[in-house]
Amino acid sequence: MATTEAETTPRPGAAGSTPLLEVDDLHVEFRTRDGVAKAVNGVSYTLHEGETLAVLGESGSGKSVTAQAIMGILDTPPGFVTGGEVRFRGQDLLTLPDEERRAYRGRSISMIFQDALSALNPVFPVGWQIAEMFRVHEGLSKKDARKRAVELMEQVRIPAARERVNDYPHQFSGGMRQRIMIAMSIALDPDVLIADEPTTALDVTVQAQIMQLLSDLQRERNMGLILITHDLGVVADVADKIEVMYSGRIMEQAPVLDIYATPAHPYTKGLLESIPRVDLKGQELSAIKGLPPNLTNIPAGCEFRPRCPYAQQICQDSRPPLIEVVPGRFSACHFAQEVLEGDIQPA
Amino acid sequence: MGRYVIRRLLQMVPVILGTTFLIYVLVWSLPGDPFAAKCGDRPCPPAYIERMTNEYNLDDPLFIQYFKYMANLVTGDFGQTFSGVDIADELISRYPTTAQLALIAIGVEILIGITAGVLAALRRGGFVDNLVLVSTLIVVSIPVFVIGLLAQITFGVQLGWFPVTSDGTFYSLLMPGFVLGSLSLAFVARLMRTNLVENLRADYVRTATAKGLPRKRVIGVHALRNSLIPVITFIGADFGALLGGAIVTEGIFNVPGVGNMIFRGINQHEGATVTAAVTVLVLVFLLVNLLVDLLYAVLDPRIRYD
Repeated sequence: MATTEAETTPRPGAAGSTPLLEVDDLHVEFRTRDGVAKAVNGVSYTLHEGETLAVLGESGSGKSVTAQAIMGILDTPPGFVTGGEVRFRGQDLLTLPDEERRAYRGRSISMIFQDALSALNPVFPVGWQIAEMFRVHEGLSKKDARKRAVELMEQVRIPAARERVNDYPHQFSGGMRQRIMIAMSIALDPDVLIADEPTTALDVTVQAQIMQLLSDLQRERNMGLILITHDLGVVADVADKIEVMYSGRIMEQAPVLDIYATPAHPYTKGLLESIPRVDLKGQELSAIKGLPPNLTNIPAGCEFRPRCPYAQQICQDSRPPLIEVVPGRFSACHFAQEVLEGDIQPA
Repeated sequence: MGRYVIRRLLQMVPVILGTTFLIYVLVWSLPGDPFAAKCGDRPCPPAYIERMTNEYNLDDPLFIQYFKYMANLVTGDFGQTFSGVDIADELISRYPTTAQLALIAIGVEILIGITAGVLAALRRGGFVDNLVLVSTLIVVSIPVFVIGLLAQITFGVQLGWFPVTSDGTFYSLLMPGFVLGSLSLAFVARLMRTNLVENLRADYVRTATAKGLPRKRVIGVHALRNSLIPVITFIGADFGALLGGAIVTEGIFNVPGVGNMIFRGINQHEGATVTAAVTVLVLVFLLVNLLVDLLYAVLDPRIRYD
């Protein structure tokens, strides 16, 4: 079984090393005019040095909001962290005063965003924006900071970096812009890099290059990488561990290879089955029926029940907690064992 | 860039011809005889009327008049007022006053307008925000001559802080400048507020926060720089308009500027004076607008003129 492999193969972040980042029972809600949207409901995960954690989920599953809460860049109001802890090397970031919290941003934990064109400031040259990291955090002179910016641009493989350092974001292609974003985020050698859908806005060929770059940088620098995505294909090659989120909660957590081989949650199973496959060409694509729940009014019981082909009475009565199904694998489903073993039929 | 400037400069030629022609025609076709009341109670002697008619080519068809006038203008001869003063000299002596008044008004707009807009945006929905919104609404709704008269009564007569009318000195221009700037000040404050509120939600501001920059820098450098682009463009265009003289404000405070000269010229049917003054003002307005457009490209690197 896949699970035994997880125990014998030493993985980054295996038991024993101190966790770099721990998200512990995090709750985030958005107080809007239409009511309180519970975007994150008790998310916990752990990231170790050199480990790549993929957070998978569709729009509105709370994966980005969790990242924003970790970074402390949540739009407040309307977004509020209402519970839980985010510990960086044991230090809870959520209780820190603003000014102390700021010291962690960019230096210890940094983030890259989906759309680099809007995430970069349109009126400043890219080199200036990278150099700003050194000037503000390390007090470097304009000249020295610029030199470091050029070095970084070379590291993320931007051709003719020296000539292009004074160009503006709109003068670069999408892939190059994302490289600049990456250069900026790794400038201060952070321990944790959060990549929020870093390749979603890019061409497929460029996507692969960016993922390769990210994974190379991560290995060189032994960073912890949190990769937020809705694309199962993107994570397969690079991630060590996957968290599948749905409706603001983690539905399944497992080593990446295991989850592809044997999903332990009906939602994960549905996601995997909805990937178009060449050998099934001509057949109708399988999709998960229905829509994610309205976050202002999450149904009682299991959040996924209304869309779940295996749902039974117990799913309506009680919300399944995230429990360890087999060692190293967690699932929030009453029938996790049966799903894992393929021993269940749609109701 | 160079080509763009040349094209814009060439475009000015038809604009100048059109505006000056319209002004020329309108002023000379005002009802009433321009020389009728020049000689006190008695009608003017025919010799005087004939001399003046000759001087301003009034017997020629309108087009010919206009071209004769423009031909002189191009050679630098601006003609004379009815009382025999060189119009060019008059313009040169009055223009600095108008320019000073415009500068004061712009200064007020920048200092108070931008500050108020920024404060309102940072405390959205708070006291300052509401104060700015309400007070700018009031200022925008009151005609400038009412504000002018109110200012005269309050600060000139009752408090005695400023002279009621201006003699052209800097201090006496402060109150008129303030009144002149007040209308655009309201626009600047609102424009600044709207833009900053919008930009504070922009992705790149979130990036700046994620970079661990101090909040002051996030707002003061990243959000503000972008929000200032439309505001500066507006202020620039407004400056061009203000350099064209403020006829009403200069009239209320009796400022010896170009606006006042135009006002008097219209009253006394002095076609030559009005046309000459307006030609200069149109030219200044067009040049300032060109400069603003060029400045826009400097502020926003995404704009390119090729």
